[in-house]
Amino acid sequence: MRFNQFSKSSDSGFVHPLSSEITPQIAYAQRRDWLKQMAAGAAGLSMAAWASRESLAQAPSEAVVRPGKLAQLTGAVSRVSGANTMEKITTFADASSYNNFYEFGTDKSDPAKYAHTLQTKPWTVEVEGLVKKPGRFDLDALLKLSPMEERIYRLRCVEGWSMVIPWVGYSLAELIKRVEPLGSAKYVEFITQADPKTMPGVRSRVLDWPYVEGLRMDEAMHPLTLLSFGMYGEVLPNQNGAPVRLVVPWKYGFKSAKSLVKIRFVEKQPINSWGRSAPQEYGFYSNVNPNVSHPRWSQATERRIGEDGLFAKKRKTLMFNGYEAQVGQLYTGMDLTKLY
Amino acid sequence: MLRQALQHRSAKPALWLLCVLPFVWLVWGAANDALGANPAEYLIRATGDWTLRLLCITLAATPLRVLLGLPELAKLRRMFGLFTYFYVVLHLLCYSWLDMGFEWGDIAEDIAKRPFILVGFTAFVLLTPLAVTSFNRAIRWLGAKRWQWLHRLVYMVAVLAVLHFFWMRAGKSNFSEVFVYASVFFALLAWRFLRSSLWHWLLRSGGFTR
Repeated sequence: MRFNQFSKSSDSGFVHPLSSEITPQIAYAQRRDWLKQMAAGAAGLSMAAWASRESLAQAPSEAVVRPGKLAQLTGAVSRVSGANTMEKITTFADASSYNNFYEFGTDKSDPAKYAHTLQTKPWTVEVEGLVKKPGRFDLDALLKLSPMEERIYRLRCVEGWSMVIPWVGYSLAELIKRVEPLGSAKYVEFITQADPKTMPGVRSRVLDWPYVEGLRMDEAMHPLTLLSFGMYGEVLPNQNGAPVRLVVPWKYGFKSAKSLVKIRFVEKQPINSWGRSAPQEYGFYSNVNPNVSHPRWSQATERRIGEDGLFAKKRKTLMFNGYEAQVGQLYTGMDLTKLY
Repeated sequence: MLRQALQHRSAKPALWLLCVLPFVWLVWGAANDALGANPAEYLIRATGDWTLRLLCITLAATPLRVLLGLPELAKLRRMFGLFTYFYVVLHLLCYSWLDMGFEWGDIAEDIAKRPFILVGFTAFVLLTPLAVTSFNRAIRWLGAKRWQWLHRLVYMVAVLAVLHFFWMRAGKSNFSEVFVYASVFFALLAWRFLRSSLWHWLLRSGGFTR
Protein backbone atom coordinates (compact mmCIF):
# COMPACT_ATOMS: atom_id res chain seq x y z
CA MET A 1 0.00 0.00 0.00
CA ARG A 2 1.24 3.39 -0.98
CA PHE A 3 -0.05 4.96 2.19
CA ASN A 4 1.42 2.69 4.74
CA GLN A 5 3.81 5.40 5.75
CA PHE A 6 0.93 7.66 6.66
CA SER A 7 -1.79 5.29 7.74
CA LYS A 8 -0.66 5.40 11.35
CA SER A 9 -1.53 9.02 11.66
CA SER A 10 -5.19 8.70 10.95
CA ASP A 11 -5.96 7.72 14.50
CA SER A 12 -3.35 7.34 17.15
CA GLY A 13 -0.08 6.38 15.53
CA PHE A 14 1.60 9.69 16.11
CA VAL A 15 0.31 10.19 19.58
CA HIS A 16 2.90 9.30 22.16
CA PRO A 17 2.28 11.20 25.37
CA LEU A 18 5.20 11.26 27.76
CA SER A 19 4.54 8.74 30.51
CA SER A 20 5.03 11.54 33.05
CA GLU A 21 2.19 13.46 31.48
CA ILE A 22 -0.37 10.70 31.67
CA THR A 23 -2.64 11.43 34.58
CA PRO A 24 -3.02 8.41 36.94
CA GLN A 25 -6.51 7.04 36.65
CA ILE A 26 -7.32 7.61 40.32
CA ALA A 27 -6.35 11.27 40.17
CA TYR A 28 -8.29 11.61 36.97
CA ALA A 29 -11.43 10.06 38.41
CA GLN A 30 -11.20 12.14 41.55
CA ARG A 31 -10.78 15.28 39.53
CA ARG A 32 -13.90 14.44 37.57
CA ASP A 33 -15.92 13.76 40.68
CA TRP A 34 -14.78 17.05 42.07
CA LEU A 35 -15.80 18.81 38.92
CA LYS A 36 -19.19 17.13 38.94
CA GLN A 37 -19.74 18.13 42.55
CA MET A 38 -18.77 21.68 41.74
CA ALA A 39 -21.09 21.60 38.80
CA ALA A 40 -23.97 20.27 40.81
CA GLY A 41 -23.45 22.99 43.36
CA ALA A 42 -23.48 26.71 43.16
CA ALA A 43 -21.38 26.86 40.02
CA GLY A 44 -24.36 25.61 38.08
CA LEU A 45 -24.76 25.07 34.42
CA SER A 46 -21.64 26.64 33.02
CA MET A 47 -19.41 24.56 35.22
CA ALA A 48 -21.28 21.41 34.25
CA ALA A 49 -20.68 22.23 30.64
CA TRP A 50 -17.04 22.75 31.34
CA ALA A 51 -16.77 19.45 33.16
CA SER A 52 -18.48 17.54 30.41
CA ARG A 53 -15.97 18.86 27.91
CA GLU A 54 -13.46 16.38 29.13
CA SER A 55 -15.67 13.44 28.34
CA LEU A 56 -15.73 12.16 24.81
CA ALA A 57 -19.24 13.22 24.04
CA GLN A 58 -20.49 13.03 20.49
CA ALA A 59 -22.01 16.48 20.71
CA PRO A 60 -20.15 19.78 20.63
CA SER A 61 -19.11 20.96 24.03
CA GLU A 62 -21.42 23.33 25.78
CA ALA A 63 -18.50 25.44 26.95
CA VAL A 64 -18.45 27.05 23.54
CA VAL A 65 -20.90 29.89 23.36
CA ARG A 66 -22.26 30.46 19.88
CA PRO A 67 -22.05 34.15 19.04
CA GLY A 68 -25.15 33.82 16.86
CA LYS A 69 -23.77 35.90 14.02
CA LEU A 70 -23.11 33.39 11.26
CA ALA A 71 -24.43 30.05 10.03
CA GLN A 72 -24.15 27.24 12.51
CA LEU A 73 -21.38 24.72 12.03
CA THR A 74 -20.79 22.31 14.86
CA GLY A 75 -18.62 19.29 15.33
CA ALA A 76 -18.35 16.47 17.82
CA VAL A 77 -15.71 16.87 20.50
CA SER A 78 -12.51 15.58 18.94
CA ARG A 79 -10.85 12.39 20.10
CA VAL A 80 -7.46 13.50 18.87
CA SER A 81 -4.95 13.75 21.70
CA GLY A 82 -4.30 17.35 22.73
CA ALA A 83 -7.26 18.68 20.77
CA ASN A 84 -9.32 19.79 23.77
CA THR A 85 -7.45 22.13 26.04
CA MET A 86 -9.29 22.91 29.25
CA GLU A 87 -8.03 26.48 29.30
CA LYS A 88 -10.44 29.38 29.30
CA ILE A 89 -11.70 30.12 25.83
CA THR A 90 -10.98 33.57 24.40
CA THR A 91 -14.13 35.58 23.74
CA PHE A 92 -15.46 35.52 20.20
CA ALA A 93 -15.34 39.32 20.23
CA ASP A 94 -11.57 39.32 20.79
CA ALA A 95 -10.88 36.39 18.43
CA SER A 96 -12.82 38.07 15.61
CA SER A 97 -11.57 41.65 16.09
CA TYR A 98 -7.84 41.25 16.72
CA ASN A 99 -6.47 39.59 13.60
CA ASN A 100 -3.44 39.50 11.40
CA PHE A 101 -4.73 39.12 7.85
CA TYR A 102 -2.59 41.45 5.78
CA GLU A 103 -4.74 40.98 2.69
CA PHE A 104 -7.12 43.34 4.47
CA GLY A 105 -4.57 45.72 5.96
CA THR A 106 -1.72 45.65 8.42
CA ASP A 107 -3.57 46.93 11.46
CA LYS A 108 -5.07 44.27 13.74
CA SER A 109 -8.47 45.94 13.46
CA ASP A 110 -8.37 46.13 9.63
CA PRO A 111 -9.54 42.57 8.85
CA ALA A 112 -12.71 42.95 10.94
CA LYS A 113 -13.37 46.30 9.22
CA TYR A 114 -12.69 45.33 5.63
CA ALA A 115 -13.06 41.57 5.24
CA HIS A 116 -16.81 41.79 4.58
CA THR A 117 -15.94 42.20 0.90
CA LEU A 118 -14.39 38.73 0.69
CA GLN A 119 -16.40 36.49 -1.65
CA THR A 120 -16.61 33.03 -0.13
CA LYS A 121 -19.26 31.64 -2.50
CA PRO A 122 -18.54 29.94 -4.77
CA TRP A 123 -15.25 28.65 -3.42
CA THR A 124 -13.03 25.91 -4.72
CA VAL A 125 -9.79 24.49 -3.45
CA GLU A 126 -7.51 23.05 -6.06
CA VAL A 127 -5.34 20.11 -5.13
CA GLU A 128 -2.39 19.63 -7.46
CA GLY A 129 1.20 18.50 -7.73
CA LEU A 130 2.57 15.15 -6.75
CA VAL A 131 -0.69 13.32 -6.10
CA LYS A 132 -2.44 10.43 -7.75
CA LYS A 133 -5.82 12.11 -7.66
CA PRO A 134 -5.53 15.85 -8.19
CA GLY A 135 -8.70 17.84 -8.54
CA ARG A 136 -10.87 20.78 -7.64
CA PHE A 137 -12.95 20.51 -4.52
CA ASP A 138 -15.80 22.88 -4.09
CA LEU A 139 -16.56 23.97 -0.58
CA ASP A 140 -19.59 21.72 -0.18
CA ALA A 141 -17.52 18.70 -1.16
CA LEU A 142 -14.89 19.65 1.40
CA LEU A 143 -17.49 20.19 4.11
CA LYS A 144 -18.81 16.66 3.50
CA LEU A 145 -15.45 14.98 3.13
CA SER A 146 -15.10 13.98 6.77
CA PRO A 147 -17.13 14.44 9.98
CA MET A 148 -16.68 17.82 11.65
CA GLU A 149 -14.88 17.90 14.96
CA GLU A 150 -14.59 20.59 17.55
CA ARG A 151 -11.03 21.29 18.62
CA ILE A 152 -10.04 23.73 21.28
CA TYR A 153 -6.49 24.86 20.52
CA ARG A 154 -4.11 27.39 21.91
CA LEU A 155 -3.03 29.87 19.24
CA ARG A 156 0.34 31.55 19.75
CA CYS A 157 1.20 34.49 17.52
CA VAL A 158 4.84 35.18 16.68
CA GLU A 159 4.22 38.68 18.05
CA GLY A 160 3.94 37.38 21.61
CA TRP A 161 0.23 37.08 22.28
CA SER A 162 -2.02 34.05 22.45
CA MET A 163 -5.65 32.98 22.43
CA VAL A 164 -7.66 29.79 23.01
CA ILE A 165 -10.02 29.14 20.11
CA PRO A 166 -12.65 26.45 19.54
CA TRP A 167 -12.24 25.51 15.87
CA VAL A 168 -14.51 23.30 13.78
CA GLY A 169 -13.02 21.09 11.10
CA TYR A 170 -11.19 17.82 10.58
CA SER A 171 -7.62 16.64 10.29
CA LEU A 172 -6.01 17.76 7.06
CA ALA A 173 -4.80 14.15 6.82
CA GLU A 174 -8.34 13.16 5.81
CA LEU A 175 -8.08 15.22 2.65
CA ILE A 176 -4.49 14.20 2.00
CA LYS A 177 -5.38 10.51 2.14
CA ARG A 178 -8.17 11.07 -0.38
CA VAL A 179 -5.86 12.57 -3.00
CA GLU A 180 -3.15 9.93 -2.57
CA PRO A 181 0.21 11.71 -2.58
CA LEU A 182 3.04 10.12 -4.53
CA GLY A 183 6.13 8.88 -2.73
CA SER A 184 8.03 11.85 -4.10
CA ALA A 185 5.74 14.35 -2.32
CA LYS A 186 7.78 15.55 0.64
CA TYR A 187 6.10 18.87 1.40
CA VAL A 188 2.69 20.48 1.12
CA GLU A 189 2.35 24.06 -0.06
CA PHE A 190 -0.71 26.12 0.82
CA ILE A 191 -1.69 28.99 -1.45
CA THR A 192 -4.26 31.47 -0.28
CA GLN A 193 -6.70 33.86 -1.91
CA ALA A 194 -5.22 37.11 -3.27
CA ASP A 195 -7.88 39.14 -5.01
CA PRO A 196 -7.07 42.86 -5.21
CA LYS A 197 -10.72 43.64 -5.93
CA THR A 198 -12.03 42.24 -2.65
CA MET A 199 -8.88 42.36 -0.54
CA PRO A 200 -7.63 45.95 -0.23
CA GLY A 201 -4.35 44.95 1.42
CA VAL A 202 -3.27 43.01 -1.66
CA ARG A 203 -2.79 46.33 -3.43
CA SER A 204 -0.03 47.19 -0.97
CA ARG A 205 3.40 45.68 -1.31
CA VAL A 206 3.87 44.56 2.27
CA LEU A 207 4.31 40.97 1.07
CA ASP A 208 4.49 39.10 -2.21
CA TRP A 209 0.97 37.90 -2.91
CA PRO A 210 -0.53 35.39 -2.78
CA TYR A 211 0.36 34.45 0.77
CA VAL A 212 2.00 31.04 0.75
CA GLU A 213 2.72 28.63 3.58
CA GLY A 214 4.13 25.14 3.75
CA LEU A 215 4.44 22.07 5.91
CA ARG A 216 6.58 18.97 5.78
CA MET A 217 4.51 15.93 4.84
CA ASP A 218 4.61 14.39 8.33
CA GLU A 219 3.53 17.72 9.83
CA ALA A 220 0.68 18.01 7.35
CA MET A 221 -0.39 14.45 8.15
CA HIS A 222 -0.27 14.94 11.91
CA PRO A 223 -3.77 14.52 13.36
CA LEU A 224 -3.54 17.88 15.16
CA THR A 225 -3.12 19.71 11.84
CA LEU A 226 -6.61 20.96 11.21
CA LEU A 227 -8.47 21.96 8.09
CA SER A 228 -10.89 24.39 9.66
CA PHE A 229 -14.21 25.67 8.40
CA GLY A 230 -15.60 27.20 11.54
CA MET A 231 -15.06 28.50 15.05
CA TYR A 232 -17.29 28.96 18.08
CA GLY A 233 -19.88 26.61 16.53
CA GLU A 234 -20.35 28.74 13.41
CA VAL A 235 -18.71 29.07 10.02
CA LEU A 236 -15.49 31.11 10.01
CA PRO A 237 -15.90 34.87 9.99
CA ASN A 238 -14.22 36.34 6.91
CA GLN A 239 -11.53 38.03 9.01
CA ASN A 240 -10.54 34.66 10.48
CA GLY A 241 -9.87 33.07 7.11
CA ALA A 242 -13.23 32.01 5.69
CA PRO A 243 -14.31 29.73 4.23
CA VAL A 244 -11.50 27.25 4.85
CA ARG A 245 -8.14 27.63 6.56
CA LEU A 246 -5.33 25.72 8.13
CA VAL A 247 -4.73 25.55 11.89
CA VAL A 248 -1.39 24.19 13.07
CA PRO A 249 -1.50 24.69 16.84
CA TRP A 250 2.15 24.01 17.69
CA LYS A 251 3.48 26.60 15.23
CA TYR A 252 3.31 30.38 15.28
CA GLY A 253 0.01 31.65 13.97
CA PHE A 254 1.24 32.82 10.60
CA LYS A 255 1.82 29.19 9.58
CA SER A 256 -1.94 28.66 9.74
CA ALA A 257 -2.78 30.02 6.29
CA LYS A 258 -6.24 31.54 5.79
CA SER A 259 -8.74 31.39 2.93
CA LEU A 260 -7.04 28.51 1.12
CA VAL A 261 -7.45 28.20 -2.65
CA LYS A 262 -4.74 25.74 -3.57
CA ILE A 263 -2.95 22.83 -1.92
CA ARG A 264 0.09 21.65 -3.81
CA PHE A 265 2.19 18.57 -3.11
CA VAL A 266 5.85 19.16 -3.87
CA GLU A 267 9.23 17.58 -3.51
CA LYS A 268 11.25 20.61 -2.35
CA GLN A 269 10.66 22.71 0.74
CA PRO A 270 8.35 25.57 -0.28
CA ILE A 271 9.35 29.16 0.43
CA ASN A 272 6.70 30.62 2.69
CA SER A 273 5.75 34.29 2.43
CA TRP A 274 7.32 35.49 5.68
CA GLY A 275 10.40 33.39 5.02
CA ARG A 276 10.77 35.13 1.68
CA SER A 277 10.17 38.55 3.20
CA ALA A 278 12.57 38.20 6.15
CA PRO A 279 14.41 34.85 6.16
CA GLN A 280 16.54 35.79 9.17
CA GLU A 281 13.41 36.38 11.24
CA TYR A 282 10.95 33.71 10.15
CA GLY A 283 12.04 30.15 9.53
CA PHE A 284 10.19 27.52 7.55
CA TYR A 285 9.34 25.48 10.63
CA SER A 286 8.40 28.33 12.98
CA ASN A 287 7.53 25.96 15.78
CA VAL A 288 6.58 27.77 18.95
CA ASN A 289 9.82 27.72 20.91
CA PRO A 290 10.43 29.79 24.05
CA ASN A 291 14.18 29.17 23.76
CA VAL A 292 14.67 30.69 20.31
CA SER A 293 14.19 34.45 20.32
CA HIS A 294 12.88 36.42 17.43
CA PRO A 295 15.66 38.88 16.47
CA ARG A 296 13.68 41.77 17.89
CA TRP A 297 11.90 40.27 20.84
CA SER A 298 12.01 37.31 23.17
CA GLN A 299 9.63 34.42 22.66
CA ALA A 300 9.91 33.20 26.25
CA THR A 301 6.61 34.71 27.36
CA GLU A 302 3.24 35.59 25.92
CA ARG A 303 0.16 37.58 26.80
CA ARG A 304 -3.12 35.68 26.74
CA ILE A 305 -5.62 38.02 25.13
CA GLY A 306 -8.51 38.97 27.37
CA GLU A 307 -7.21 37.04 30.32
CA ASP A 308 -3.83 38.26 31.46
CA GLY A 309 -4.65 41.65 32.95
CA LEU A 310 -2.85 44.80 31.93
CA PHE A 311 -0.48 44.66 34.89
CA ALA A 312 -0.28 40.88 35.19
CA LYS A 313 3.01 39.23 34.36
CA LYS A 314 2.97 37.52 31.01
CA ARG A 315 2.73 33.74 31.04
CA LYS A 316 5.57 31.45 30.04
CA THR A 317 5.43 30.18 26.49
CA LEU A 318 5.47 26.39 26.27
CA MET A 319 7.64 24.34 23.93
CA PHE A 320 5.62 23.54 20.79
CA ASN A 321 2.89 25.69 22.36
CA GLY A 322 2.21 22.91 24.86
CA TYR A 323 1.83 20.20 22.20
CA GLU A 324 5.26 18.67 22.74
CA ALA A 325 3.82 15.33 23.83
CA GLN A 326 1.97 15.08 20.54
CA VAL A 327 4.44 16.55 18.06
CA GLY A 328 7.87 16.49 19.70
CA GLN A 329 8.88 13.28 17.95
CA LEU A 330 8.45 14.89 14.53
CA TYR A 331 11.61 16.86 15.25
CA THR A 332 13.85 14.32 16.94
CA GLY A 333 17.46 14.92 16.03
CA MET A 334 16.82 18.33 14.51
CA ASP A 335 18.66 21.38 15.82
CA LEU A 336 15.68 23.65 16.45
CA THR A 337 17.90 26.68 17.09
CA LYS A 338 19.08 26.42 13.48
CA LEU A 339 15.90 25.09 11.91
CA TYR A 340 13.68 27.62 13.69
CA MET B 1 -5.24 85.58 12.36
CA LEU B 2 -3.06 82.64 13.32
CA ARG B 3 -0.73 85.12 14.91
CA GLN B 4 -3.53 86.70 16.88
CA ALA B 5 -4.65 83.31 18.11
CA LEU B 6 -1.12 82.51 19.27
CA GLN B 7 -0.88 85.87 21.02
CA HIS B 8 -4.04 85.24 22.99
CA ARG B 9 -3.30 84.57 26.61
CA SER B 10 -5.25 81.30 26.56
CA ALA B 11 -3.23 79.99 23.60
CA LYS B 12 -0.62 78.28 25.74
CA PRO B 13 -3.07 76.66 28.21
CA ALA B 14 -5.19 75.49 25.28
CA LEU B 15 -2.20 73.87 23.57
CA TRP B 16 -1.16 72.38 26.89
CA LEU B 17 -4.57 70.76 27.16
CA LEU B 18 -4.33 69.44 23.61
CA CYS B 19 -0.98 67.87 24.39
CA VAL B 20 -2.27 66.21 27.52
CA LEU B 21 -5.42 64.92 25.80
CA PRO B 22 -3.87 61.72 24.37
CA PHE B 23 -2.67 60.83 27.86
CA VAL B 24 -6.13 61.41 29.32
CA TRP B 25 -7.67 59.24 26.60
CA LEU B 26 -5.18 56.42 27.22
CA VAL B 27 -5.80 56.43 30.97
CA TRP B 28 -9.56 56.51 30.41
CA GLY B 29 -9.35 53.78 27.76
CA ALA B 30 -7.23 51.53 29.96
CA ALA B 31 -9.60 51.97 32.90
CA ASN B 32 -12.69 51.32 30.78
CA ASP B 33 -11.32 48.48 28.66
CA ALA B 34 -11.69 50.55 25.50
CA LEU B 35 -8.26 49.86 23.99
CA GLY B 36 -9.12 46.70 22.08
CA ALA B 37 -8.16 43.08 22.63
CA ASN B 38 -4.56 43.82 23.59
CA PRO B 39 -4.52 46.99 25.72
CA ALA B 40 -0.87 46.55 26.74
CA GLU B 41 0.27 46.59 23.13
CA TYR B 42 -2.06 49.50 22.41
CA LEU B 43 -0.56 51.56 25.24
CA ILE B 44 3.04 50.81 24.30
CA ARG B 45 2.43 51.70 20.65
CA ALA B 46 0.26 54.75 21.32
CA THR B 47 2.79 56.33 23.70
CA GLY B 48 5.50 55.69 21.08
CA ASP B 49 3.35 57.26 18.37
CA TRP B 50 2.68 60.35 20.49
CA THR B 51 6.37 60.71 21.26
CA LEU B 52 7.10 60.79 17.52
CA ARG B 53 4.27 63.23 16.84
CA LEU B 54 5.34 65.65 19.55
CA LEU B 55 8.94 65.40 18.43
CA CYS B 56 7.76 66.44 14.94
CA ILE B 57 5.84 69.38 16.41
CA THR B 58 8.81 70.42 18.56
CA LEU B 59 11.18 70.33 15.60
CA ALA B 60 8.66 72.18 13.43
CA ALA B 61 8.40 75.11 15.86
CA THR B 62 11.50 76.94 14.63
CA PRO B 63 11.00 76.46 10.86
CA LEU B 64 7.37 77.56 11.17
CA ARG B 65 8.38 80.53 13.29
CA VAL B 66 10.81 81.72 10.61
CA LEU B 67 8.83 80.79 7.52
CA LEU B 68 5.47 82.08 8.71
CA GLY B 69 6.83 84.94 10.79
CA LEU B 70 5.37 83.73 14.06
CA PRO B 71 7.78 84.70 16.88
CA GLU B 72 5.17 83.48 19.38
CA LEU B 73 6.12 79.90 18.54
CA ALA B 74 9.48 80.35 20.24
CA LYS B 75 7.70 80.55 23.58
CA LEU B 76 5.82 77.30 22.93
CA ARG B 77 8.75 75.19 21.82
CA ARG B 78 9.83 74.24 25.34
CA MET B 79 6.35 73.00 26.20
CA PHE B 80 6.27 70.76 23.13
CA GLY B 81 9.74 69.48 23.94
CA LEU B 82 8.77 68.62 27.48
CA PHE B 83 5.64 66.85 26.30
CA THR B 84 7.83 64.80 23.95
CA TYR B 85 9.82 63.77 26.98
CA PHE B 86 6.64 63.10 28.96
CA TYR B 87 5.41 60.65 26.31
CA VAL B 88 8.76 58.94 25.89
CA VAL B 89 8.89 58.39 29.66
CA LEU B 90 5.39 56.88 29.47
CA HIS B 91 6.51 54.77 26.50
CA LEU B 92 9.48 53.41 28.44
CA LEU B 93 7.32 52.89 31.52
CA CYS B 94 4.69 50.95 29.54
CA TYR B 95 7.38 48.78 27.97
CA SER B 96 9.14 48.10 31.29
CA TRP B 97 5.93 47.44 33.14
CA LEU B 98 3.39 45.95 30.74
CA ASP B 99 5.80 44.10 28.48
CA MET B 100 8.65 43.23 30.83
CA GLY B 101 6.88 43.18 34.20
CA PHE B 102 9.69 45.32 35.72
CA GLU B 103 12.12 42.42 35.41
CA TRP B 104 15.22 44.60 35.41
CA GLY B 105 17.53 41.77 34.42
CA ASP B 106 15.36 40.95 31.41
CA ILE B 107 15.10 44.62 30.47
CA ALA B 108 18.89 45.09 30.62
CA GLU B 109 19.32 41.95 28.53
CA ASP B 110 16.69 43.13 26.07
CA ILE B 111 18.41 46.50 25.63
CA ALA B 112 21.80 44.89 25.11
CA LYS B 113 20.59 42.15 22.79
CA ARG B 114 18.14 43.89 20.50
CA PRO B 115 19.30 46.78 18.35
CA PHE B 116 15.80 48.18 18.01
CA ILE B 117 15.39 48.44 21.78
CA LEU B 118 18.94 49.76 22.18
CA VAL B 119 18.33 52.51 19.63
CA GLY B 120 15.07 53.53 21.30
CA PHE B 121 16.67 53.51 24.72
CA THR B 122 19.61 55.60 23.46
CA ALA B 123 17.18 58.17 22.10
CA PHE B 124 15.53 58.33 25.51
CA VAL B 125 18.90 58.73 27.26
CA LEU B 126 19.95 61.53 24.89
CA LEU B 127 16.68 63.33 25.43
CA THR B 128 17.05 63.28 29.21
CA PRO B 129 19.70 66.04 29.59
CA LEU B 130 17.59 68.20 27.30
CA ALA B 131 14.54 67.84 29.52
CA VAL B 132 16.67 68.40 32.63
CA THR B 133 18.17 71.64 31.26
CA SER B 134 14.96 73.03 29.83
CA PHE B 135 14.37 75.74 32.43
CA ASN B 136 15.67 79.31 32.11
CA ARG B 137 18.23 79.06 34.88
CA ALA B 138 19.88 76.10 33.20
CA ILE B 139 20.44 78.24 30.13
CA ARG B 140 22.17 80.84 32.31
CA TRP B 141 24.28 78.24 34.07
CA LEU B 142 25.40 76.62 30.86
CA GLY B 143 25.66 79.76 28.83
CA ALA B 144 23.51 80.19 25.75
CA LYS B 145 26.13 78.82 23.37
CA ARG B 146 26.80 75.62 25.28
CA TRP B 147 23.08 75.16 25.96
CA GLN B 148 22.34 75.44 22.26
CA TRP B 149 25.01 72.90 21.40
CA LEU B 150 23.63 70.48 23.98
CA HIS B 151 20.13 70.88 22.66
CA ARG B 152 21.21 70.04 19.14
CA LEU B 153 21.21 66.47 20.44
CA VAL B 154 17.54 66.52 19.52
CA TYR B 155 18.51 66.06 15.85
CA MET B 156 20.25 62.84 16.76
CA VAL B 157 17.21 61.82 18.81
CA ALA B 158 14.97 62.32 15.76
CA VAL B 159 17.18 60.07 13.64
CA LEU B 160 17.32 57.39 16.33
CA ALA B 161 13.57 57.59 16.94
CA VAL B 162 12.80 56.94 13.27
CA LEU B 163 15.37 54.14 13.16
CA HIS B 164 13.74 52.58 16.23
CA PHE B 165 10.31 52.80 14.59
CA PHE B 166 11.65 51.47 11.29
CA TRP B 167 13.26 48.48 12.97
CA MET B 168 10.15 47.76 14.96
CA ARG B 169 8.08 47.66 11.79
CA ALA B 170 10.74 45.87 9.73
CA GLY B 171 9.69 42.45 11.00
CA LYS B 172 6.39 42.79 9.23
CA SER B 173 7.63 45.03 6.39
CA ASN B 174 5.04 47.62 7.30
CA PHE B 175 6.73 50.89 6.47
CA SER B 176 4.10 53.38 5.33
CA GLU B 177 3.92 55.27 8.64
CA VAL B 178 7.67 55.08 9.08
CA PHE B 179 8.09 56.91 5.77
CA VAL B 180 5.71 59.64 6.87
CA TYR B 181 7.72 60.38 10.02
CA ALA B 182 11.02 59.99 8.19
CA SER B 183 9.96 62.51 5.53
CA VAL B 184 8.77 65.04 8.11
CA PHE B 185 12.01 64.76 10.08
CA PHE B 186 14.05 64.90 6.90
CA ALA B 187 12.33 68.10 5.77
CA LEU B 188 12.73 69.72 9.18
CA LEU B 189 16.40 68.79 9.46
CA ALA B 190 17.15 69.67 5.83
CA TRP B 191 15.69 73.14 6.34
CA ARG B 192 18.07 73.66 9.25
CA PHE B 193 21.03 72.34 7.32
CA LEU B 194 20.37 74.65 4.39
CA ARG B 195 20.41 77.63 6.76
CA SER B 196 23.45 76.46 8.67
CA SER B 197 26.85 78.09 8.51
CA LEU B 198 28.29 74.78 7.30
CA TRP B 199 26.13 74.87 4.20
CA HIS B 200 26.93 78.53 3.54
CA TRP B 201 30.60 77.85 3.96
CA LEU B 202 30.35 75.00 1.47
CA LEU B 203 28.54 77.26 -0.99
CA ARG B 204 31.08 80.03 -0.60
CA SER B 205 34.05 77.76 -1.01
CA GLY B 206 32.36 76.33 -4.07
CA GLY B 207 32.84 72.80 -2.84
CA PHE B 208 29.85 71.62 -4.80
CA THR B 209 30.18 73.55 -8.02
CA ARG B 210 33.77 73.08 -8.97
